[in-house]
Amino acid sequence: MLSLERVSKIYPNGVHALGGVSLEVELGEIVAVIGGSGCGKSTLLRAISGLDPASEGAVVLDGERITAPHEKIGIIFQEPRLLPWLKVADNVGFGLGDRPKPERAQRVTAALARVGLADKAAVWPRELSGGQAQRVAIARALVPRPEVLLLDEPFSALDAFTRSDLQDHLLDLWTDAKPTLVLVTHDVDEAIVLADRVMVMCPRPGRIFDEIDVKLPRPRDRQSAAFDFVKRRVLVALDRSLNRPATTVDGETKATAGAALWW
Amino acid sequence: MSVVGMTIVADGSPTRERSIGNRWLRLTRPVLGLLLPVLLAAAWEFIVRMGWASGRLAPPPSVIFAEFVELARTGDLQSNTLVTLARVAAGFALGVTTATIIGAAAGYSPMVRRLLDPSLQALRAIPSIAWVPLFVLWLGIFEASKVTLIAVGVFFPVYLGLMGAIQSVDRKLVEVGRAFRLSDVAMVWRILLPAVLPAYVISLRSGLGLGWMFVVAAEIMGASQGLGYLLVDGQQLGKPAEIVAAIVAFAILGKATDWLIALAAAPFLRWEDVVRQD
Repeated sequence: MLSLERVSKIYPNGVHALGGVSLEVELGEIVAVIGGSGCGKSTLLRAISGLDPASEGAVVLDGERITAPHEKIGIIFQEPRLLPWLKVADNVGFGLGDRPKPERAQRVTAALARVGLADKAAVWPRELSGGQAQRVAIARALVPRPEVLLLDEPFSALDAFTRSDLQDHLLDLWTDAKPTLVLVTHDVDEAIVLADRVMVMCPRPGRIFDEIDVKLPRPRDRQSAAFDFVKRRVLVALDRSLNRPATTVDGETKATAGAALWW
Repeated sequence: MSVVGMTIVADGSPTRERSIGNRWLRLTRPVLGLLLPVLLAAAWEFIVRMGWASGRLAPPPSVIFAEFVELARTGDLQSNTLVTLARVAAGFALGVTTATIIGAAAGYSPMVRRLLDPSLQALRAIPSIAWVPLFVLWLGIFEASKVTLIAVGVFFPVYLGLMGAIQSVDRKLVEVGRAFRLSDVAMVWRILLPAVLPAYVISLRSGLGLGWMFVVAAEIMGASQGLGYLLVDGQQLGKPAEIVAAIVAFAILGKATDWLIALAAAPFLRWEDVVRQD
């Protein structure tokens, strides 16, 4: 189990980015963290990853305190961040440096086949499209079989079609080993398609403002009424988190918050 | 039917023409560059042959070629080339080694950079030839002073290139290394080194160019052997053909050694996203 105990982050320049975030995530659970820009959601993810440890409070995974990158935790960034001097297969196997070569090759081949890029093994990263590169990045993060996979707005740089394609693909991959997923996003649809729970954060300092359970069966229909219902709840919470009263017309909540996310 | 035929022709002919045009261009492009020098050489040869100019101070190509062959026959060309090559090799090795160590340290550690870089930048502002009298006093008139001068010339481009390259390594890629818990050694070996290599190779090549420049300076100022000595010898004995032959030898050697570095580095830089010319 992953638990955050009053995690705070104050940068050396005095910016109070996180103000005591507490959260418990079960093994295999998918949690989406959403919020306006500057609400500390990326800071939170980096604190969990150990890349930028918390200034106060603790991140604990299976009873072990995380203060530096840990082998049980994988991370996927907004950009693929593939190493341009390694072929795709070597990029995927990057985190397996300590394993014997045959095992490494076998696991890399399996992972590439799993993300549908078996034919790209011997290709340079520059020859991939944006969506393909991000799939390679996902394979690279999953190959060491992490218990927790952190995703920092992983699909926000992709076009809408590729994005929803990769969201479905991520869920499909998740069913293999069911790692815990913590996903930071500013896309409400993405949060609801993927997550069991949506945490809405509010800024200055970053805190968890609201928590919305998504009890919809998977795969989720983005067009269904139930989906829409959850979406409105999240949007209202977002509006409130930014101190922006949701306007109601004829007893219906107007979804104005979508645009606000980009500010 | 005629319409179909026309579309086929209209579709096919431009591409075929273009591919033929491409092949023709690829074959002729290097030749195009040679056109001007070959024409000028031929013209000068013609003018001298016709007796319109004596060609005593500016010898025609045939005389230069004959001088080249003559120098090669007596062995002067080979022995002097070897001496010059040895000087460049020693100076280049010395300059590259020190520049790589200091450049890597200054690029990696801000402390070292703050400590050393201002002094080195101040030294860089001095035209390197200005050191010659001092080097001669310190190291004598023989090899040591010449090799040192070449090393100084090689040092600065390599130092600056490497330091800059290390400083501009993509932090996002370094973070990938951290996320995968690479050790310091693995971080250097698997992330920093490959990231720095393209800029480092460029700095080596410009360093080598300066090395050739300074070997000429060193040999002109006092040497009894070497291609630079042939330049001075040709001047003092009034043999312009010997001077031009030595210049041609320098050009060939400079180009060949530069090509060797590029060739040696090519297998490691195949990943680079370069704009292909064709």
